[in-house]
Amino acid sequence: MSGSKIEFKNPVLKWVEYRLPIFSFIDSSVGSGYPTPRNLSYWWNFGSLAGIVLAIMVVTGIVLAMHYTPHVDYAFLSVERIMRDVNYGWLIRYLHVNGGSMFFIVVYIHMFRGMFFGSYKEPRELLWIIGVFIILAMMATAFMGYVLPWGQMSFWGATVITNLFSAVPFVGEGIVQWLWGGFSVDNPTLNRFFSLHYLLPFVIFALVFVHLWALHEHKSNNPLGIDIKGPQDTIPFHPYYTVKDLYGLGWFMMFYLFFVFFAPDFFGEPDNYIEANPLVTPLHIVPEWYFLPFYAVLRAFTDEFWFFSWFMSWVMDAKLAGVVAMFASVLIIALLPWLDGNKVRSMRFRPLSWMFFLIFIADCILLGYIGAMTAEEPYVTIGQWATLYYFAHFLVIVPLVSRLEKTGQPPESIAAAVTKKTEEV
Amino acid sequence: MTDTASTASGKPEEGESRRDFLLLATSTVGAVGATLAVWPFVDQMNPAADTMALSSTEVDLSPIEEGQSITAVWRGKPVFLRRRTAAEIEQATKDDSASMPDPQTDAARVQKPEWLIMVGICTHLGCIPLGQKASDPKGEFGGWFCPCHGSHYDTSGRIRKGPAPKNLLVPPYTFVGDETIRIG
Ligand code: HEM
Ligand code: FES
Repeated sequence: MSGSKIEFKNPVLKWVEYRLPIFSFIDSSVGSGYPTPRNLSYWWNFGSLAGIVLAIMVVTGIVLAMHYTPHVDYAFLSVERIMRDVNYGWLIRYLHVNGGSMFFIVVYIHMFRGMFFGSYKEPRELLWIIGVFIILAMMATAFMGYVLPWGQMSFWGATVITNLFSAVPFVGEGIVQWLWGGFSVDNPTLNRFFSLHYLLPFVIFALVFVHLWALHEHKSNNPLGIDIKGPQDTIPFHPYYTVKDLYGLGWFMMFYLFFVFFAPDFFGEPDNYIEANPLVTPLHIVPEWYFLPFYAVLRAFTDEFWFFSWFMSWVMDAKLAGVVAMFASVLIIALLPWLDGNKVRSMRFRPLSWMFFLIFIADCILLGYIGAMTAEEPYVTIGQWATLYYFAHFLVIVPLVSRLEKTGQPPESIAAAVTKKTEEV
Repeated sequence: MTDTASTASGKPEEGESRRDFLLLATSTVGAVGATLAVWPFVDQMNPAADTMALSSTEVDLSPIEEGQSITAVWRGKPVFLRRRTAAEIEQATKDDSASMPDPQTDAARVQKPEWLIMVGICTHLGCIPLGQKASDPKGEFGGWFCPCHGSHYDTSGRIRKGPAPKNLLVPPYTFVGDETIRIG
């Protein structure tokens, strides 16, 4: 985020720039002074989309907070009031609710993009790890946000998830009461969740800043996964990628607003339009769709699960095993730079990895499906195998395949590859 | 300063180590102080005094018929009170020797065998098990069934099958009259 100073003719700009070089900073970060690989595909749109969604979430969220009441007796009613009485309240709430789902769609694609093109590899390991912190912070934010409308799913989702911590040996019960500020999910819990839900997006904002700082040090990776060798390999970010990002934004907004206007409750649960009742558990508790694969991992660990009883039951009970596995399923992503031992970044030159990458995506989708089902056969057994496969992908398949596979030969340079393509046409 | 002092004494290490000591002592005290100052910010999240004060509830048991259950609220949690049938009590004591995840005799879980009193919260992840109403599913052991992840509890509220690790918790309670109890 440093770079050459630009010269201004305009005396006001010149005056400001001399005292605070903000225009050079912008220019070298997202302007014509930032060199970008000339071959980025549309998969590279999702980072800036994630940033835009974050901004939309912050703006709509602040507006909602002007009308929302964080008290167990009023929370549900205040949300209904936003929907019915506040001018355009329905629009702002639906933008925020569906924006949450969009955020996860965009960031999940962004992450799979990184996996496919090997963007986590040297020298982008820290960039990747900061990304994993971002997704963790997003999950915490989304979880606490979902509690605020104080519907049945809000209440019971919060109860189930906070109870996860009771699995911790010895201090578990203490931790849970500390999280609740009482003996069950109640008013103190709602209040603190509101406070933290307001805070965390700004933490995410700071993390994104560090994420981009690391990105700009070594620049973006690209579909070929090879390094930038010189100016012939790059084009300036502005206007080439500002315009490409904007074009992508247009399509994205159509997708997003389709849900906002025509299917605003598509991602939601009808049970959340029933006010929270601490004495009645809904028959089927499901988390928001973006947590489903992780929820399936959590539920895979029962006393009857052979993997658990053979390998884990002597150190922990099934409940703790499920909790450990669920957190591990996110954290393990951070280890990818070291699990993958191949120097070639892009899977375009690694057909075997490519195939296993597709199977891995299918496994994640399968886990998501199982997470939405009730805890009955055949779902339980399928979920257990899908969970084992998830971890096997990271701990067995990626380390072995990346070290043993025969890779293709990536081109000499980005410029060479791009000009060859143009000649062919 | 350091230079002057050490040249004067002719032993530079001594002056240095004195300074090192002061630096170490000051930073230790500072670090300990800063750590202690964190505690109020952690502890404020624990249940507050007024929350702690709502700790006992009295329940009149007389309207409950044999084979019926009611749910009371204690500290914001549901408490199951069941007047068990003779068959249920017999089943529960017969199963004392069965293998289960959290072995406990039925006698250890009740004060009077007729009255089974437990916190109605699944020890897995906190859902409320079904089985209080006559029409509810009661699971494979005729007690309670938690629909969230499929835990089966028996007629003594002991976990018999499913992911929950512990039996339904028996809260502290005392009989204040023949048919009245105080929970808490
Ligand atoms: C709030 C969420 C996030 C925002 C706003 C964000 C933003 C961005 C932006 C603007 C870029 C540059 C454009 C691009 O390459 O697409 C980028 C790059 C990158 N991000 Fe993220 N990101 C987020 C979350 C994540 C997560 C969760 C991960 C992975 C665990 C991740 C991993 C990466 C990597 C590896 C790059 C470099 C990619 C490359 O150059 O190929 N990001 N991010
Ligand atoms: S909460 Fe009852 S089985 Fe999970």
